[in-house]
Amino acid sequence: MKKRLLPLVLSAGLYPSPVLAEITPPHRGWEELWKELMIDIGVIGLVFAAVTIYLLVRYRRKRPQEVGSAPKLSPIAALGWVLIPMFVFMADDIFMGLKNWDLWDIYRDVPEEAYTVDIETFMWGYTVRYPEGITTRNELRVPVGRPVYVRLTSRDVIHTFFAPAFRVKWDALPGKVQGLWFYPEKTGEYVFTCTEYCGLLHSKMFGKILVMEEDRFSQWISDKMAQRGIPAEKVEKANLTQGGRT
Amino acid sequence: MSVDVKSLQRASGFSLKEWIFTTDHKRVAVLYMIGSFAAFFVAGIMAMLMRTELASVGPTITSNPGTYNVWLYFHGAAMIVAYQIPALTGYFANYYVPLMIGAKDVAFPRLNALSVWLFWMGIVLALLTFVIPNPPDLMWTGYPPYSTSLVSGNTAFYTFTVLLIGFSSIAGGVNFLTTIARMRAPGITWGKLNLFIWCIMGSFIVQMIFVPVLGTAVTMLTLDKYLGTNFFNAAKGGTALIYENLFWFYSHPAVYVILLPAMGLLYEITATFTKNRPFNYKGTIYAGILGTVALSGEVWVHHLFVSGLPDWIVILQSFSTLLISAPVGILMIGLVGTLWKGSVEFKTPMLYAIGFMFVFLIGGLTGIPNAMSAIYIQIHGTQWIVGHFHYVMAISITFAIIGGTYYLWPKMTGKMYSETLGKLGFFLFFIAVNLTFAPWLYLGYKGMPRRYYDYSQFPEFEPLQRFITFSAYLIFVAALIVLISWIHSLIKGEKAPQNPWGSRSLEWTHAPTPPPPGNFPEPVKISDEWDPYGYNSKK
Repeated sequence: MKKRLLPLVLSAGLYPSPVLAEITPPHRGWEELWKELMIDIGVIGLVFAAVTIYLLVRYRRKRPQEVGSAPKLSPIAALGWVLIPMFVFMADDIFMGLKNWDLWDIYRDVPEEAYTVDIETFMWGYTVRYPEGITTRNELRVPVGRPVYVRLTSRDVIHTFFAPAFRVKWDALPGKVQGLWFYPEKTGEYVFTCTEYCGLLHSKMFGKILVMEEDRFSQWISDKMAQRGIPAEKVEKANLTQGGRT
Repeated sequence: MSVDVKSLQRASGFSLKEWIFTTDHKRVAVLYMIGSFAAFFVAGIMAMLMRTELASVGPTITSNPGTYNVWLYFHGAAMIVAYQIPALTGYFANYYVPLMIGAKDVAFPRLNALSVWLFWMGIVLALLTFVIPNPPDLMWTGYPPYSTSLVSGNTAFYTFTVLLIGFSSIAGGVNFLTTIARMRAPGITWGKLNLFIWCIMGSFIVQMIFVPVLGTAVTMLTLDKYLGTNFFNAAKGGTALIYENLFWFYSHPAVYVILLPAMGLLYEITATFTKNRPFNYKGTIYAGILGTVALSGEVWVHHLFVSGLPDWIVILQSFSTLLISAPVGILMIGLVGTLWKGSVEFKTPMLYAIGFMFVFLIGGLTGIPNAMSAIYIQIHGTQWIVGHFHYVMAISITFAIIGGTYYLWPKMTGKMYSETLGKLGFFLFFIAVNLTFAPWLYLGYKGMPRRYYDYSQFPEFEPLQRFITFSAYLIFVAALIVLISWIHSLIKGEKAPQNPWGSRSLEWTHAPTPPPPGNFPEPVKISDEWDPYGYNSKK
């Protein structure tokens, strides 16, 4: 850990801002930082625990009338025992905080080419509106290999859109539109669910994300549009390439 | 030392009228203890019911999610506002503060009686949850617009419970800050105060600053719901975000209201059972206790990282929340460092202090991911959070409260407890809590949300959920053993000497066991060399 801290101290002020050459899926960034974080807190935990156990064994009472012999710390020692640990903790905090800042930027910068869907939450479910004008309930179908931008709002109380497999979550608030994006890399079926308490059927408020091959997805869209009688040319191309953040 | 036999006898005789109209800080403390332990017990039963329900996918013991949600509401609200805060800032603060500073009582004894009875009214109101037809169903956080809607039950009950206990806290704050500032026996300077006193001061400063904010927030809820105001109504230009901010502006500092007195108790226990001075007394006070107080108001936004606040405040508070690890780290170094060159005696209260050192370590470190906004996106609202705060609050603080009670027991009751029963309870407790709460961290990491009556979307979690349920039953058994050890002591315990632990602190050296009204047979006089932790000084 100390090795990692040194460059940080030396490069204070020169910390590079993230350059996104290509799209980093938020979940990959998350998993990487999570791993580092677990090592970080694991090391701190083990050091603290080892010192505690050592002190408990080393200074166990050996004679009934024994008393402790710790001296009063001198002012310098007292100050040192405050400043040095604080410096170590704060250096680690700032180091982790900066990494977090980078990852946060990835989460918040929606790629231009994202496929945009609107989700309205209600007690207790999700209505998904696709740019092509069709809607589904408690089911979100998306093409694989393309970022997905989900714009959220709520019809009644606060709900949440949480897709654990993609490490994304955001609140849906009444009277506000806000969003999140994720990057499905593999086809398959994934869960999304509510994590803000919303009453009786809170735990039953969930749906599935179906990540499909591009061509199967287009097929599904056009089938749906035909079903609803939406002429294909009426759907503006612009909708498909919406991006930016809300 | 002469003992006032008459007042001793009066203290041992039971009279209901005397208890109801008492202004004696020790009796007020006992009233707080009974109320807060009763809340702990009832809220614990709720936990057992919830765990049983979660043992399998689908309905287990109730097919009505509403029933489960009320258990959950009561468990959360009661554990925090009716158990932990009153146990620490009511029960322990009342018992110890006047004794440790050599005072006869608190500065305003009648205000103190008002505090405890306001608290009891809050308890009674909270218990009525189970008998009124339309119980509050809004979790302890009470977020609008759900809580201001027609389906969230009786929100006014929630508001008035919070307000009653809040008034009680503010009255307590006025009382204790005045007592500590004005009633110290001659010679007890700020630099000679027990660390517990400093912790209580820090805790009440935080209460006095932040409780009014919570009071405001819940009052606005009630106005919105019943009187048609629109503070949180998006349709009329309000926003729920105001409430979320106000609520957490109090409720995150509230964890330091709870943590500081718990740390205070553990400093006393650790110093006594190592016969040692607390490590870095001054550093612990200025950087640890006061540092925590100073930073406590700059961390609330981490509860709202995914609520939709501007990025700048998210990043800013991500850093400030991470930085709280610095003062809290100093508090821990003060506690663990007290073992250095000490003489550790493994009595029951000390075992709880040692248990705390480990569970609080896990709890504190699992809090670091919560401060990092991007990492938090995944774990917000999941069982990770539940696991984290059960380590850092629920169980760490309960260890401090139970350990503190064992430590105080001989002084309070005049009887010794059984070490065998005490240790048995501790070991079972320690094993059971880890078996229960560590798997929660894992489930949360995997995506299991909190506040779920059922988890049919995650059937793969069933085996682990069932394991947690059985571990939780073990916690209940451990708590019963603790209770049995106390009852056993009341019935069969040997008479306690004045200072069974050989402590150097005033409540043990100068006050009889149990202390009579007025505490000290004669006004406390201390020498210049006196030090509550002076175990290895010449005298």
